[in-house]
Amino acid sequence: MTATAQQTGATVMTNVEAVRSTLHDALVRDDRVLIMGEDVGARGNVFLITKGFLEEFGPERIIDTPLAEASIVGVAIGMAMEGLRPIAEIQFADFIYPAFNQIVGEAAKTRYRSNGDYTCPMVIRTPYGGGVRGALSHSVSIEALFYHVPGLTILAPSTPADIKGLLNAAIECPDPVLFLEHKKTYRSVKGEVPAGYYTIPIGKADVKKAGTHVTVVSYGYNLHQALDAANRLEGEGISIEVIDLRSIRPMDKTTILASVRKTRKLLIIHEDNKFGGIGAEISAMVAEEALFDLDAPIRRLCGPDVPAMGYALTLEEEFMTSTEQMVDAMRDLAKF
Amino acid sequence: MATTITMPQLGETVTEGTVAQWLKKIGDSVEKYEAFVEVSTDKVNAEVPSPVTGVIRELIVKEGETVATGAPIAIIDEVSASTTPGPNGSASPSEQVAAQGAVDTGAQRPAQGDAIDTVGAAAASNGSSAGSNGNGPGGVRVSPAVRRLAREHQIDVSRVRGSGDHGRITANDIIAAANAGPSAGVAATITADNPEYVAKTAPANAPAAPGRSTYDSARPGDLIPLTQARKIIAQRMVESKHTAPHAWTMVEVDVTNVWKWRAREKDAFEKTHGVKLTLLPFFIRAAVESLAAFPLMNASYTDEGIRVHREVNVGLAIAADGNLIVPVIRGADQLTVKGLALAAGALIDKARRGKLGADDLAGGTFTVNNTGANGSILSAPILVPGQTGIVTTEAVVKRPVVRDDDAIAIRSMMNVCLSLDHRVVDGAVASGFLFDLKKRLEAMGPGGSL
Amino acid sequence: MAKTTTAQGQVLDRAGLSGEQLVAMLRNMLLQRQLDNRGFQLNRQGKIPFALGSEGHEAVQAGAAMAFARGRDVLVPYYRDLGLALGVGMTPFEILSSLFARDTDRNGGRQFPNHYTNKDLGVASISSIIAGHCTHAVGIAAAFKYRRESGRAVISPTGEGATSQGEWHESVNYAAVHELPIVFLVENNEWAISTPQSMQMRVANVADKAAGYGIPGVVCDGFSPIATYRAMNEALERARAGRGPSIVEAKCYRYLSHSTDDDDRTYRSRDDIEAHRKLDPVPRFEAALIDAGVLDAAGAKALRQDVLRETNEATDAAEAQAYPTPQSLYTNVVAGDYRPWQEFDS
Repeated sequence: MTATAQQTGATVMTNVEAVRSTLHDALVRDDRVLIMGEDVGARGNVFLITKGFLEEFGPERIIDTPLAEASIVGVAIGMAMEGLRPIAEIQFADFIYPAFNQIVGEAAKTRYRSNGDYTCPMVIRTPYGGGVRGALSHSVSIEALFYHVPGLTILAPSTPADIKGLLNAAIECPDPVLFLEHKKTYRSVKGEVPAGYYTIPIGKADVKKAGTHVTVVSYGYNLHQALDAANRLEGEGISIEVIDLRSIRPMDKTTILASVRKTRKLLIIHEDNKFGGIGAEISAMVAEEALFDLDAPIRRLCGPDVPAMGYALTLEEEFMTSTEQMVDAMRDLAKF
Repeated sequence: MATTITMPQLGETVTEGTVAQWLKKIGDSVEKYEAFVEVSTDKVNAEVPSPVTGVIRELIVKEGETVATGAPIAIIDEVSASTTPGPNGSASPSEQVAAQGAVDTGAQRPAQGDAIDTVGAAAASNGSSAGSNGNGPGGVRVSPAVRRLAREHQIDVSRVRGSGDHGRITANDIIAAANAGPSAGVAATITADNPEYVAKTAPANAPAAPGRSTYDSARPGDLIPLTQARKIIAQRMVESKHTAPHAWTMVEVDVTNVWKWRAREKDAFEKTHGVKLTLLPFFIRAAVESLAAFPLMNASYTDEGIRVHREVNVGLAIAADGNLIVPVIRGADQLTVKGLALAAGALIDKARRGKLGADDLAGGTFTVNNTGANGSILSAPILVPGQTGIVTTEAVVKRPVVRDDDAIAIRSMMNVCLSLDHRVVDGAVASGFLFDLKKRLEAMGPGGSL
Repeated sequence: MAKTTTAQGQVLDRAGLSGEQLVAMLRNMLLQRQLDNRGFQLNRQGKIPFALGSEGHEAVQAGAAMAFARGRDVLVPYYRDLGLALGVGMTPFEILSSLFARDTDRNGGRQFPNHYTNKDLGVASISSIIAGHCTHAVGIAAAFKYRRESGRAVISPTGEGATSQGEWHESVNYAAVHELPIVFLVENNEWAISTPQSMQMRVANVADKAAGYGIPGVVCDGFSPIATYRAMNEALERARAGRGPSIVEAKCYRYLSHSTDDDDRTYRSRDDIEAHRKLDPVPRFEAALIDAGVLDAAGAKALRQDVLRETNEATDAAEAQAYPTPQSLYTNVVAGDYRPWQEFDS
């Protein structure tokens, strides 16, 4: 489904406002939708995403769960098997590990193991990513741990308009969706959001900036840095194409290959650790499909091979890829 | 009917079993599902029920003996079954699986991706040596894209100078070289340093260089950086001058009649074919006839000997965007004046639009250079490396001419200059060729067939 | 409550069940044992790779299944619930299709035997991960409550070993906090493969744990289908009436090894098994019904023959089915075409 025609006007929102308003509209639109998680009720979620929802929709639909991630996801799976459209929240992506079995062993396999007898249409929302002094357990990226898993859909939109379109698509999706929201973009990224209900197709990337010399594939907070870096290089006559992946599983082969075949050079930027990360799969796909279009080795700028970013600013900054590092990498590849 | 009993697989990972005890002797009768043997494995000990009702005919494996799962252990003579006949007499489940596997293997699996040839694999290991600039010691190392483009355009990468980091050959360098023509020694690659040209020919991949002086806008005091095109032009000019000893000769040709013929035909021709009819196709027609008469002029000097070409492929040296390029009319000897006019027109048009492909630029055996277009009446062209002759058509000028009958007439005259590779031909052949060309051109006139 | 005096002068407490229902429970128990046995036989014949028996659980499952309200309740079984599956309406042919992994299996030959699914009957699909499905059972109960569908409840059975799992605890706790219509049936057969109950918990009864969740916990005789029925029926009625969850612990025994891949001689004594054999619920319940005059000996024999016939017919019918096609491996990963790399018309 493509963006529908009801977009009569647009509102400027932050990413966090886009999440909130999309959830709100979903609750109004569909009474199968309910929200469950830690502190989503009276507190209105730790980022205030669901503030006021409890009063408006009641405790049957805005459920403060016990502090137990496996059952947050597991109970949501049961609800989904029984025909509801639960949106389960994991308060921080770092806390998703106790629910790993429920996501990988159960939700992702419900349709497959029953040969379609049961399905699991649910959304698991979670804030991820660093740069907010979140230390070891409030900063991680988790996508690579899950993108290996058939049966799961993983979305990581980075702009308010994409958040709305893809969160709507996730709620509509007849299978489990892991919906990742980068914390650092919650209030730092603003943009226009079209009015009315619309969805963005799952699995479709978006060229956020067209260019000719180097293709950059990214998502999350890094995407916004990459756009900054690309804009700076315009002044040097270097033209960078920036692709926002948006959907991590499935991924968009068409858009990536078309761009790489044009520029012949590929730089992948993600905050998650480099080894075995999303970039590895993209690199492998491009090597398999477009080796003879490549005019330079594929490059990746990613999180280092350490468990997580530290609390100290120096440690966090060392972990996070800087915009300057992106500028240098793009320039090097353009000149290669 | 005899049923062969095999060692069952008692457990997911079990591969063999031991007959612990036979619970039946030969000649004993056994009911379906009645235990008849005890089998032990490293995971379980179990009594094995008979799959059929019958009489034990043979116990193949001794007690205490270990055999692989699936190996025959006993034979039971089946007694006519009283229960519902099952499919036991037909293929066993495992045989069915095997049969199905044999049918299904391969064809019904999803495609595994296109095969990559070994050249590609080699390119992968070369081109993706991460972090390196791609040019290693001991030879030219190129990216997969460069390798592919070079193959497609028949470009020898060892002869291309790279514009990338540390002189790496980029994909754009190959495209530019292809556009310049592999056999066009006087020509050169066109690179991204000429943004306008790149915009017209290929994706503009390489960074532009704003603020630099360019060849087209030279100002006193500038040091113009060498473009790839300029480097290659220079390189090939030097190569030609240093390897082929140039000799030079000239004739003057009376083109009055052919000029008249052209004048008579040109309006209709342009109307019909959309191409201007110039003197050039008449000249090339005469030249290819002369080349047929003097095949040594259509030859190459090599260490093995003088290679006299079968094909007559005539290059046209033309200027495009400040660089010289030499598209080639292939099989020019097979074309009439009209065919040559159309072929030349198409090539010139392509060159102006920056659309020349590798095929348009490759394989020239002789070159024509219309220096007269710029008013020149005399020039000494440099040979395309590998070719024996290059002729120029100088400006057509009206001059008083003393005719054979001593009458003075005003005639349209054109000088034709020839540079030749003296290793291949001597002055006698060259002069003979040029005089033959002159005669043929002068014999052309109104009434001939285009 | 109707009571029947047996020939030995004992009183058979029928717990309100009709003679027809009592015989149905016996038939269920006989069929369960016959099918269990058939699974092991087929494995030992080399016809199927794996089977897993529930011998010793017949009474628990016949009783619990009798308390299940077909068309309303949902069963989220665990992998040793053959009798429950049969009792809520699954057929021997379905069970054998699963054992033979034929394409008539509702799972498409994907799942291990005993991992049933039948949404029409209210039998939920599970994985083999112990207690993972208990959270789903809670979610289904939560959906009932959210939609205000009173009169519906969920049965979430496990063995006693599963109660060591965090997800079992989370499930019971969640259901207790939100007062959901669910019964956690614990089929305590004393063994989790080779690990005895004493290595799983400090308490004597799983039901004792209920106090920690603030819900009722009862222990019942898992060798008696009537006792289990009574306990389950009360717990389910409570749940259906909106009065929240409870734990029912049915004490039984696992007579067979854990599975065809296991050999229990390595960890438990034959004496222990023999002692429990004396309590074998199948012959005891048959005798009790004959004693009580619900059934005569000839009727019991006919019942057993009928069960064998049904099992044999189902075995042959299932074995004659085709395997799933290799291409079916790729279906039902997600809705529609499954491609992790998406391609679009550009």
